[in-house]
Amino acid sequence: MASLGEEAGRRAKAIQPQEKLAWPQENCLGVKQSAVYLFQMSLDSPPAASPGSDIPQTVVQTPPPGLIALFFAFAKMSLAGFGGVLPFARRAIVEQHRWMTADEFNETFALCHFLPGPNIVNLSFVFGSRFRGLKGGLAAFLGLVGPPMVLVMGLAVLYADFGDLPVLRRILAGISCAAVGLLVATVFRMMMPLIKRRELPPLVLMVAVFAGIGLARWPLQLVLLVAIPISLGITFLMQRRVSS
Amino acid sequence: MSSDGNPIWGLVATFGLMSLFAVGGANAAIPEMHRIAVDVHHWLTDKQFADVFAISQLSPGPNVLIVTLIGYAVAGFAGAFAATIAMCLPTAVLAYVVSGLLKGSRGARWPALIRTSLVPLSIGLMGASALVVSQAADGTWPAVVLTLAAAVLAFTTEINPLWILLAGGCLGLSGVI
Repeated sequence: MASLGEEAGRRAKAIQPQEKLAWPQENCLGVKQSAVYLFQMSLDSPPAASPGSDIPQTVVQTPPPGLIALFFAFAKMSLAGFGGVLPFARRAIVEQHRWMTADEFNETFALCHFLPGPNIVNLSFVFGSRFRGLKGGLAAFLGLVGPPMVLVMGLAVLYADFGDLPVLRRILAGISCAAVGLLVATVFRMMMPLIKRRELPPLVLMVAVFAGIGLARWPLQLVLLVAIPISLGITFLMQRRVSS
Repeated sequence: MSSDGNPIWGLVATFGLMSLFAVGGANAAIPEMHRIAVDVHHWLTDKQFADVFAISQLSPGPNVLIVTLIGYAVAGFAGAFAATIAMCLPTAVLAYVVSGLLKGSRGARWPALIRTSLVPLSIGLMGASALVVSQAADGTWPAVVLTLAAAVLAFTTEINPLWILLAGGCLGLSGVI
């Protein structure tokens, strides 16, 4: 993960300054990496060191975007985001538009990560509202969710009409297998820092939640209403032991 | 399809509530979506659930748009719209409110405490997601092998995930799965 900075640097060099989000391959390369990076960061420390720290923090930020600019900026990063919107959002907000410094972005994302719901959607609303209040939040939110939602509705229609065609069945079967594999890989990437720290209680909790939801198929609310207080208590005690 | 009056409200209530418990993002809520959509309400079959998961992973935008597909299966365009907004808007507004409240408490320790304590839970949830969709998708041995290969490839290399999905589609088309 330490190579993220280099990776970002290499990408910056390879891409013309005025070039927009037009390289799905390069961009998607960063998808998993930076998502996991942020995740680890939120595990260990307050988001101080930032993956985009090659950008000088003294850069003068551009004037606050208007509602229409917010809508289109988020629509663009969302439609570019195959496999995850986060890296595209970071690039557009921090590097391209310079609406936030890398640190501010990390801080905002960390907040949206510990709150429930789709993180990047939360981020869009919080981000938009920073500049233009509730209306700005709504504009960014609609930009992020609206256009891909319309696109997915189109896919839903196609699936309803042609989903039973043998050719499409075979293709979808292959894609779902690969998609499950990607999810498994993400889980393991997220697990690595937890395993490396060798603290037993979080690992036990993780396995317990996995078993309760995945094997026993208990309702989500039930499991979390038990697991969250326990986890909070354990984390609190562990941190106090470390500091004393 | 549910038989009671208007399925839209069922969708709104289901996903509105679910979003508040989606700790760690949309992918963490997949087992709950499966439980409700397949086991409780029979909106989708297991196979269809695996399909909509695949479609949502393949399409651009936030992964949460799997609820758009579930909503469409229940009540057409209105259902798709209602499910998406119900899953996305409440927590977005919550985030907005909390970020306003937090402005005054910069440097407080408890946000980090909450974050750290939620991490193992959301990883457990994601693991359960992987298990649930794999049970729907991996019915045959070649399918299991493809899943494992994709997992290893994605874990050990930095290949663009989109290529892995497309390769899976090609293998499926060729009839291997």
